[in-house]
Amino acid sequence: MRISRRATLSLRALALLYLTLLLLLPLAVVFARTFEHGLAVAWTWMTTPAAISAFWLTVLVAVIAVPLNTIFGVGCALVLVRGRGRGRPLLDALLDLPFLVSPVMVGLSLILVYGEQGWFGKWFVSQGISIIYAVPGIVIATIFVSLPFVVREVAPVLIEVGDTQEQAAATLGASSWQTFWRVTLPSIRWGVAYGVVLTTARALGEIGAVLVVSSNVAGSTLTLPLLVYQRSSQIGAQSITSAYAAATELAVMSLVVLLAMTLLGPRRREAQ
Amino acid sequence: MRIDVQAVTKSFGDFRALHDVTLVVPQGSLTALLGPSGSGKSTLLRIIAGLETPDSGSVLIAGNDVTAARVQERCIGFVFQHYAAFAHMSVCENIAFGLRIRKRPKAEVRERVDELLALVGLTKWAQQRPDQLSGGQRQRMALARALAVSPQVLLLDEPFGALDANVRTELRRWLRRLHDEQHVTTVLVTHDQEEAMDVADTIAVMNTAEIEQVGSPRDVYDRPATEFVMGFLGPVSRIDGRLVRPHDVTVSPLPRSDAIEAVVSRVVHLGFEVRIELELPGGEAARAQLTRAQADELGIEPEDIVYVKYPAAQVALTA
Repeated sequence: MRISRRATLSLRALALLYLTLLLLLPLAVVFARTFEHGLAVAWTWMTTPAAISAFWLTVLVAVIAVPLNTIFGVGCALVLVRGRGRGRPLLDALLDLPFLVSPVMVGLSLILVYGEQGWFGKWFVSQGISIIYAVPGIVIATIFVSLPFVVREVAPVLIEVGDTQEQAAATLGASSWQTFWRVTLPSIRWGVAYGVVLTTARALGEIGAVLVVSSNVAGSTLTLPLLVYQRSSQIGAQSITSAYAAATELAVMSLVVLLAMTLLGPRRREAQ
Repeated sequence: MRIDVQAVTKSFGDFRALHDVTLVVPQGSLTALLGPSGSGKSTLLRIIAGLETPDSGSVLIAGNDVTAARVQERCIGFVFQHYAAFAHMSVCENIAFGLRIRKRPKAEVRERVDELLALVGLTKWAQQRPDQLSGGQRQRMALARALAVSPQVLLLDEPFGALDANVRTELRRWLRRLHDEQHVTTVLVTHDQEEAMDVADTIAVMNTAEIEQVGSPRDVYDRPATEFVMGFLGPVSRIDGRLVRPHDVTVSPLPRSDAIEAVVSRVVHLGFEVRIELELPGGEAARAQLTRAQADELGIEPEDIVYVKYPAAQVALTA
């Protein structure tokens, strides 16, 4: 399709306007509000006990969820692409479930299973472990919603790379384990890295599923997105300022992830 | 080492790739599996390697039944059509792979890799990545990688298929020389009869999941066991209900009692050779191949009437 120069320019202007109104302007307002009383005030709000606790909880959840989903995702991609089992189409469909169902429903279903009255919940309660309305529930919910990213990034790369390098490794005497570490993983590394970045972004930003399973107590079970949500729905200038500060923190974390994505993007395409 | 393939059968779904195939590859030989695509030659090679498992039958390497053995245990060298180079490793690391897997001492690995780099003429490229090499260089690297572990047998799956014609010729000469020096029992899969005749000392001609004939290049060319083998190994003409090689057909402008009358439909000059396309009395088309000197002497032109003869001693199949 050929587009005239004029049409190209107006399309660009339209796209830019759209992004500005929906994304850049609100983001800029958040930043502006956070820093309107100066850096020192903003820093005070960012370092309240509630904000610090939320920051570390968010990091903790990501640190648990991302590696687990990376291992699981690479394993699933290998089963889907290289496997011979009959269950593959079913697994393939199941892996999209977290994308398809609403996160709120995910949270609710976790309550049904792990809640005090839930199937496994009763056993956990008898062991003195609480999952729902506690940190483990938040971790499980985050794992669930960020599950498909690594699989969906790695599977196409595995298909593209093909299995002849793996066959060559086998003819040279490498066991499956050696082949995986020395041949397969290096050839899919950029796909894995990109999947990790997407998983991290989702894990940091998730609110729907986490909201349902969190007790929403500042200082213990509030992640940064939950803190923003809670404070922005409360009345009072202080709450709003606190929300802005937390949102800025979250935005900075997202920007780091965005930077990682931008840096990885070309290498990932190159690898494919 | 000697390879024995005994009554091997293999199907992929409804497709029968190999049917009751038996083959002996003598120790130290360079055997070509020659056939059109889909004839089962690659499947047979992959079964010898252990990359596929046969539905029935067995494979012996050096007299040991390896049918149930995994690829890793067979001590084979395998070269793939599209190189299968480890893209993230340097040439040097590619060649060292098998030795490192076997946890050989570093000094030994380095020595062996240097020796192989020199053998395949890639010493200058040792630190390059495979994607910086030409196709021919990549395949030489793949050969060095396969030879590094001193395999019992070397298996090559259409190794020159992805290369330019001149590189292909050069590489197959080189492979032959290498084989003459190293005497590793080698099986080469190819669909190119010229390549098979050039490189191999034994040719197994395959067609539709079976081996049609095994013999030396001269054997299969001069004494083809079946019509398929004759047709696959070189051009054929059907004259008088017999299959003959065009270069065995003689053409003369003078009538002879034992010759067949034909009309010249086309004269094609192919450098040194001249191909005469003929129309036989029944309307059948046939070909004769002459040297340029012969053709000049006869002075044949299209529309001429000529007399065609093939030698009585010619082994021609009646089909």
